[in-house]
Amino acid sequence: MDVGFPAARDDTGLLRFITCGSVDDGKSTLIGRLLVDADVVPDDRLAALARDGRRSGAAGSAPELALLVDGLQAEREQGITIDVGYRYFATARRRFIVADTPGHEQYTRNMATGASTADLAVILVDATKGLLRQTYRHSAIVALMGIRQVVLAVNKMDLVSFREDRFARIVEAYAAMAEGLGLRNVTAIPVCALLGDNVIRPSAAMPWYRGPTLLQHLETADAGRRETQPFRLAVQWINRDDGFRGCAGTVLGGSVHPGDPVIVLPSGARAHVERIVAYEGDLPRAVAGQAVTLTLRETIDVGRGDVIASADQPPNMTDQFAAHLVWMSEEPMLPGRPYLIRLGTATATATVSELKHRLDIDSGLREAAKQLGPNDIGFANLSLDHALPFDAYDDNRETGSFILIERLTNATVGAGMIRFPLRRAANLAWHDFAVDKAARSAIKGQRPAILWFTGLSGSGKSTIADGVERRLLAHGRHTYVLDGDNVRHGLSRDLGFTDADRVENVRRVIETARLMADAGLIVLVSFISPFRAERRLARERLGDDAFLEIFVDTPLAECERRDPKGLYGKARTGKLRNFTGIDSAYEPPEAPDIHLRTAEMTVDGEIELVVDALRQRGVVS
Amino acid sequence: MFAKPVILYSVGKDSSVLLHLALKAFHPAKPPFAVLHVDTTWKFREMIAFRDRRMKELGLPLVVHVNREGLERGIGPLTHGGAVHTDIMKTEALKQALDLHGFDAAIGGARRDEEPSRAKERIFSLRSASHRWDPRRQRPELWHLYNGRLNPGETIRVFPLSNWTELDIWTYIARESIHVVPLYFAAGRMVVERNGMLILRDDERLALQPQEMPELRWVRFRTLGCYPLTGAIESRAASVPEIIAELARSRTSERQGRAIDHGHGSMERKKVEGYF
Repeated sequence: MDVGFPAARDDTGLLRFITCGSVDDGKSTLIGRLLVDADVVPDDRLAALARDGRRSGAAGSAPELALLVDGLQAEREQGITIDVGYRYFATARRRFIVADTPGHEQYTRNMATGASTADLAVILVDATKGLLRQTYRHSAIVALMGIRQVVLAVNKMDLVSFREDRFARIVEAYAAMAEGLGLRNVTAIPVCALLGDNVIRPSAAMPWYRGPTLLQHLETADAGRRETQPFRLAVQWINRDDGFRGCAGTVLGGSVHPGDPVIVLPSGARAHVERIVAYEGDLPRAVAGQAVTLTLRETIDVGRGDVIASADQPPNMTDQFAAHLVWMSEEPMLPGRPYLIRLGTATATATVSELKHRLDIDSGLREAAKQLGPNDIGFANLSLDHALPFDAYDDNRETGSFILIERLTNATVGAGMIRFPLRRAANLAWHDFAVDKAARSAIKGQRPAILWFTGLSGSGKSTIADGVERRLLAHGRHTYVLDGDNVRHGLSRDLGFTDADRVENVRRVIETARLMADAGLIVLVSFISPFRAERRLARERLGDDAFLEIFVDTPLAECERRDPKGLYGKARTGKLRNFTGIDSAYEPPEAPDIHLRTAEMTVDGEIELVVDALRQRGVVS
Repeated sequence: MFAKPVILYSVGKDSSVLLHLALKAFHPAKPPFAVLHVDTTWKFREMIAFRDRRMKELGLPLVVHVNREGLERGIGPLTHGGAVHTDIMKTEALKQALDLHGFDAAIGGARRDEEPSRAKERIFSLRSASHRWDPRRQRPELWHLYNGRLNPGETIRVFPLSNWTELDIWTYIARESIHVVPLYFAAGRMVVERNGMLILRDDERLALQPQEMPELRWVRFRTLGCYPLTGAIESRAASVPEIIAELARSRTSERQGRAIDHGHGSMERKKVEGYF
């Protein structure tokens, strides 16, 4: 159930905008000035402000406008803004929601959040300093997040004696920058936020400026109506009531009328809209932003996560696409690692199949990268476990955007804007071979299985795998062992030992094991495989067959004492980096199928335990 | 998305709008969740009467929760002060109710424009297993994509009205003819002035001090809570259009009459502890 969008309201008069700039540019002062001069700040809050201003020792002659904007106590005390804040005000002509984002840590993440719902961006520039590196950064994020209208507010004009040439130079320089970023709709306004010039009242000090004040411009700016887009509705819930069956959801683009031909995706079933059901009675039309319930003339299968779309202009439907990613987690984004993707109301599993580049947001340069850290922006190919309907972000912000969720913590770790579908998946089809897995297994007289041994280096994985394989051979079973040695020297020779490379290495092993199981083999995988996320992926990819996660649990101290390959010694002396257990993490399994506590058992006993488990699953008799 | 959501109904105007939106959203079916009222036992009698009447009209299942332990200990705003009372009879009581019934999502009518620390509240606000709000651990919310996935014990508070203002609420009440508690409308009421607030003596528990003398004044309430902690404002606005006109002229903020908010950063502290 997805409540949260007040679509029942008449939103024609609403403009959402974001302000970009740092404390030094006077951003909070500008918003404060806008609120005070628009006369929307209550007296008791102004009085509280005066008290707070004294307490924090901030300059107190004029009301501290910035304090009005900074919300959380921690910020007031530190004098910084740490998250996205929203302010609400209305004039006689329009209602406004202002997203205010901080100028310090977590900047990219917070600004992307604030920008995702904004129709317009106000970019502040300090007239005494001109364009700065951060001006480029703000503008680049604005462009990336699909905001089409920009106001360049050149602030602190009082400090440059309200000179027109100073303003003109900045405007000219910015025009070149905006052009490069594809920002075509820029309105430049010279202001003095502290004194209020050109914020709400025209400036007497700048008679040379004849354009609108900031508020006049905001009151008339385009609020980004989305009714001309092709029709899209993301199904949130199927409404069943006493013979009634309707699809409830929010219209995410365009408009819909009874009788319209529609297509339901992913199924591809076609139908016609019968009624648009609302509390007050049926509606003749529903438009983007409205939450409605549709009934269809034809009886077809529709569920939560489906998209009902215009039959003439359907969205893309593939399981691979290219997208810009904004990374929001301290844990890096690793290609090959499975995440949950939420796209519209649908949820699927997604991995980054290829990270094309990381964008240096301060320079616009594209850098080669193997992973994304917090506040990084990257361009990547994503691969989903099944095809979903979507639009390019430039065509529809609601159906072209997604978030990524970490599967173990359930945290939102990334956000993405889809640029284009990748057709490769659509052109690849499995060839139907006459001989299949069942036939291959039958001729060997066995059931395929995968035994996944995980544990620290030196824990005894390979020794146990070797023993189990001998026993299977003795039973006439066909087997193969995949381990670090035979994989790292060939298949994964190009990979190192960073987290990103380890994830990719495990992915290759999973796919190899999958092919071997398809050949009818019993596969023993002996890999440190330190991360839960990849082992979980293995289980999901290989789960069709008997899959056993076997935790070879040997304490680090014991592994280090054994040190069969001398690796711990090298890691401890710094000659070997990213070594699991030393300077790279091992995440122990939470619920392995077999837990071998090697300190309490003999190797033979361990082997027997594994063979027993295979017996129970009918892999050996 | 959730196993057992519940709608929090405080009987106030925002709750009334929220409930109305839920009725509309699920029409023609009924909202598939229960309605929870956390009763501090100090609400205005008119609120309780209104609540019971509305629930009967709508035919929705109502769960009323009172912190029995707090009641037995005799916790109240007059004896223990507004802060302790609110903490035990409201915040603690809400946590008890969520735990008792196993509600994993509580949908409430809080708005970001009510108070500065609420301006940064998410629409899907994650609470730890001990119901705490950690402003630094909140999930980013982009576009209209919400992450409602929970780890064991975690719950979510959902605030669908986050982006509404007080004026939006009244405009919508007017447009949709939504019923609200009559205390929102100005009438001649016997009130007593205490600590700069106009208090309506709703029952005998509020003992008058020697110099206090109830007097008849034309007042209404901008927000509703526990009667000894909720100040009335002097007003002649006796209808929704008059309230809207009054708001347009207003020079004070909405929660100005609420005793529990006062003190430096106090709402933020209450939120961290699990207040709505």
